[in-house]
Amino acid sequence: MPVLNNLVHKQSSHCESGVVSNMLSTNGLTISEPMAFGIASAMSFAYLPFVKVAGMPLIAYRMPPKMIINTVSKKLGIKLHREKFSSAEKGMKKLDEVLAEGKVVGLQTSVYWLPYFPDEMRFHFNAHNLMVYGIDEHNNYQISDPVFENTVTCPKRDLEKARFSKGALAPKGLMYWVDNVPSEVDLTPHIYSGIKKTAKMMAGLPVPGINLFGTQGMEKLAKDIERLDRKPKKYRHLFLAHIVRMQEEIGTGGAGFRFMFASFLDEAAAYTNNQAMFEASQMATEIGDNWRNLASLAVNHCRSKTPVPLSDIAAQLRDCAKQETALRTRLLAIK
Amino acid sequence: MKKEHVPQDNSKIYQGQSKLVYAVDESGHYAGVKSSGWEIESFATQYAVDDLNEQAVSALLDAQQGKVSPLKYHMLCARHDVLSLSQVTGLFQWRIKRHFKPKVFNTLSANILSRYCEALAISEQQLKDLPEHHDASFKQPSA
Repeated sequence: MPVLNNLVHKQSSHCESGVVSNMLSTNGLTISEPMAFGIASAMSFAYLPFVKVAGMPLIAYRMPPKMIINTVSKKLGIKLHREKFSSAEKGMKKLDEVLAEGKVVGLQTSVYWLPYFPDEMRFHFNAHNLMVYGIDEHNNYQISDPVFENTVTCPKRDLEKARFSKGALAPKGLMYWVDNVPSEVDLTPHIYSGIKKTAKMMAGLPVPGINLFGTQGMEKLAKDIERLDRKPKKYRHLFLAHIVRMQEEIGTGGAGFRFMFASFLDEAAAYTNNQAMFEASQMATEIGDNWRNLASLAVNHCRSKTPVPLSDIAAQLRDCAKQETALRTRLLAIK
Repeated sequence: MKKEHVPQDNSKIYQGQSKLVYAVDESGHYAGVKSSGWEIESFATQYAVDDLNEQAVSALLDAQQGKVSPLKYHMLCARHDVLSLSQVTGLFQWRIKRHFKPKVFNTLSANILSRYCEALAISEQQLKDLPEHHDASFKQPSA
């Protein structure tokens, strides 16, 4: 087993953008997590009441899984190998083979089966990304899990379970690795196209009747929050806590990726020497702060003896939507 | 969010780990900052975990009184609901709900039982047994 001296493990907020950043950096192309997130136009908003997660509607602050790795490798002209498996045995064998070639390998896993995760975060979520870089003397896999401070290890049988867990978004052992990574790429055109695409998506889908995405989705969620007073108290609290969890707990870098996007704009401003991006970054920061206020209000409603009314929470969310509309205009004006 | 406003609330949920968030530092630019937790977020997580435990306690009580089968209790202990268990086992939701009836559960074939055992990572004996009290700590699934 070749020793991997060049491993870059930088703690990240989000698993997928973190793996992309660490994998490319290990292969000689240094790219930060927010930069990978930004050029992939991964920030978005979706509220899908008919898709249930633990009995609650799906609320997402980003594009679906695998989109970041796919977009970044496509844009930067990197050869991305991807493989899924029909049997766990084949999947584990292939992982060992690629590791033996001295490559770092990205995996899609279920956090429920990963023993190094804190207990209260081990839920059945099937789209967690991590990177394997070797096997230690006890036959445990050496893992760079981007949301952790340090590298970790995981026994083979646990990793196998995690890779071949079933259910929604089942990973089917998905592994990916890269080839032909250039050592330098001019990111400028990708920054501009990334910003433009994000801005376009922020208003939702331009299809009448579909109001679940972008600022339209936020409006709909606001309306549903107001309607919560018809529901039992328990459901109301679980619903509000669920919004907070989707926004904060599930590795987002705070405020449902809004701070990460602001960080991307900040970095992009320096890279392209474009003051307009820096100003947009400051706007995005304010938006992020507002999302954090929303989380505070929602939790206040659940635990305070004199809870803030639901209409205040909805108003705060509408405020976020309004600000995002303003940010969208600003982003589209960036030349 | 400014760097000095990044919450450091020592969340017990993180079990000593810290998380990275992005915040603005003194120079007005962004940097990654470690956070030991935010009490707002911890509350939300704990609320969801507590809710699952409450459901498990009542399912255990019902099972001990013979009102439902042990399957429901073990499903909740493995942090599943009927929908996710259905996705994992490939059984329809109505079938799983039917298997919550003790009468039906007791006649299940070895094949169906093994599908539950695999999904919940427990043995057949464990699936049929009930503990005296609910243990709220996370049960390490034995892969």
